[in-house]
Amino acid sequence: MMQYAWLIPLMPLLSFILLLLLGKKLKEASAYVGIWLTAVPLVMSFIVFFGQWGGESYKAEGTWLTIGHAVITFGIEINPLNSLMLVIVSLVSFLVHLYSKGYMNGDERVPVFFAYLGLFTFAMLGLVMSPNLLQLYMFWELVGLGSFLLIGYYYFKPEARQAAKKAFIMTRIGDVGLFIGMILLFWQVGSFEFDDIFKAVASHEMTHAMITLTAILIFVGAIGKSGQLPLHTWLPDAMEGPTPVSALIHAATMVAAGVYLVATMYPLFAASTAALTTVAVVGGVTAIFAASIGLMQKDIKRVLAYSTVSQLGYMMLALGSGGYVAGVFHLTTHAFFKALLFLAAGSVIHAVHTQDIEKMGGLYRKLKRTGPLFLIGALAISGFPLLSGFFSKDQILAATYEDGRFGLFWLAIIAAFFTAFYMFRLFFMVFTGEFRGAAKEVHESPGVMTFPMIVLGILAVLAGYVNTSWFGTFLSDYLGKGEVAPLASNHEPIWISVVATLVSLLGIFMAYLIYKKGSLSRDWLSRHLPSLSSVVYNKYYIDEVYHAVIVRGVRAFSYGWSLIDRYIVEGIVNGAVALVHWLAKLGSKCQNGQVQTYGAVAFVGLVLLLLIFAVSGGYFS
Amino acid sequence: MSSLPLPVFLVLALILFCIGLFGALTKRNAVIVLISIELMLNAVNINLVAFSKYGPNPGITGQIFSLFTITVAAAEAAVGLAILFALYRNRRTVNVNEMDQLKR
Repeated sequence: MMQYAWLIPLMPLLSFILLLLLGKKLKEASAYVGIWLTAVPLVMSFIVFFGQWGGESYKAEGTWLTIGHAVITFGIEINPLNSLMLVIVSLVSFLVHLYSKGYMNGDERVPVFFAYLGLFTFAMLGLVMSPNLLQLYMFWELVGLGSFLLIGYYYFKPEARQAAKKAFIMTRIGDVGLFIGMILLFWQVGSFEFDDIFKAVASHEMTHAMITLTAILIFVGAIGKSGQLPLHTWLPDAMEGPTPVSALIHAATMVAAGVYLVATMYPLFAASTAALTTVAVVGGVTAIFAASIGLMQKDIKRVLAYSTVSQLGYMMLALGSGGYVAGVFHLTTHAFFKALLFLAAGSVIHAVHTQDIEKMGGLYRKLKRTGPLFLIGALAISGFPLLSGFFSKDQILAATYEDGRFGLFWLAIIAAFFTAFYMFRLFFMVFTGEFRGAAKEVHESPGVMTFPMIVLGILAVLAGYVNTSWFGTFLSDYLGKGEVAPLASNHEPIWISVVATLVSLLGIFMAYLIYKKGSLSRDWLSRHLPSLSSVVYNKYYIDEVYHAVIVRGVRAFSYGWSLIDRYIVEGIVNGAVALVHWLAKLGSKCQNGQVQTYGAVAFVGLVLLLLIFAVSGGYFS
Repeated sequence: MSSLPLPVFLVLALILFCIGLFGALTKRNAVIVLISIELMLNAVNINLVAFSKYGPNPGITGQIFSLFTITVAAAEAAVGLAILFALYRNRRTVNVNEMDQLKR
């Protein structure tokens, strides 16, 4: 089976090409092309995943370029981490394709939508199968392109256009870091192959400072893609895209690519304490920062977007604290429950045609399947006991604690409280109480939309059991076969679980008191601490600061150069024009038909010739 | 006869030539222009005669040559005046400023 694994990313590419060529004829039927051409890779991914269980890593590559002694290859690699990612990506992609069949029904550009989805899926699958950094980088950019196209899918909305541009440019800032890191590694090691790089790191071929530098530069790429502080602002804006896209790209797969990048380059990071600390601090700060913004937002998708940023911060925190398995584990469970939450949110939006949670309410009775599924997702992300998020979050906390980063540990605990609070704020405001919206008839979504949610709901409940200290640590064992030996995290102190559970229950209870019972006033914070509340509500004014400092700065800089262009460069050009013009006028004035003038000109010419002759000393000398 | 050095004649010729050139280029009356051209011709004649006497190989050739030149110049002046008359009859003017047919 492994030798056919290269077919997996090519199927969605085929879907992309087919839909581009035949989309106009297929119209609505193009959804089936997309669905079938992601169903096959899904099955293949599962076969690869289980085939990987007992076997060795598989690698197949051919020479692409030979530059001097450096050989650049192109191929695929299947190791435990890759095959796990393959399953996550192809599963979520398949479910989102299915869901989009219902969600995008009636849209005129369905073929284009499915074509873009195919392109994105191709890029993402290619990304996780890359055996070297260069190939990874190429797919990394392709993924960004897919994200750009899908965010800007509603291109007739100016916000969507802005958001697409913003996403592309912000992630590009991070990509520059990744690119520099990659080139530095190539310079040091002479190869883009992961294996060669890790070998060079292990044999101390690279200096310690260089390892730290390259690791941090590569992490900058991950910051951009995974929406970590300070490059996170594009992710909430990316919610302008269609909701299935948010579920696929901005929750489950592409934003997890940054985490995947750090995980796959883990030996490099593990060799430098400074790099690990950077990862952990950025992750931990992002986790609490984004969670606090999520507390105040009014747009259902934006709350989920900030939640995604926060959870990605958790994963980074885990990786930075040496919790390799915990990070990847949370990536897996998060992909399921966050995709579920987004799809459920999409179902809600589909039903009430608004994203403002102030205009929802009481939907639990009306949306008989979406409601419970959203509840499952919310419980899972909040870390409610026995659901998937509980186990993965627990392991992250344990890893952080064991690593001795107590400050970050407590930040993560508070972030967990925030997470539970804002998720249930969302739940109570959307699903309980009285309906505050304008829509008259609210219908449950069709089966083609609820089925993917049910599958994800089951996974959101059960995915946690692949790695628990009670039933078995399948995931640790599985990943342990890979290049990285995971740190044993089986002897976590039991009180961490207890504290984490209590904190999330407290968050849920608080949300219940405020948004369901009304025992506590909703605007308590804005009344008592108006300044703090407005700062948080406005997302800490990060966008405004960027606008004031960077956008304005760049504009001022470019204005300065435009002045130079206008007055100096253009002045020279205009001066040349004026000179020629003046000479031409002079010439035409000479030609007035009067012999005397001609004679004068001839005489002046002779004098000039003689002068030149005298000064230069003659032609022959 | 005292012998003046060569440069004296050359400077005289130069001055004469410059006066002639100036007149030819600036005067508005066509007759004056013609006279100025004669001046320039005579400056050349002075040069020829001076070189034939004081040049590297003195001889009589230059002086005879200048005689020819004077003859030719006389003929030229006659032709020039004839043209001038024809022009005057046509256009009723001897002002060179108004003679710009070369442009047409």
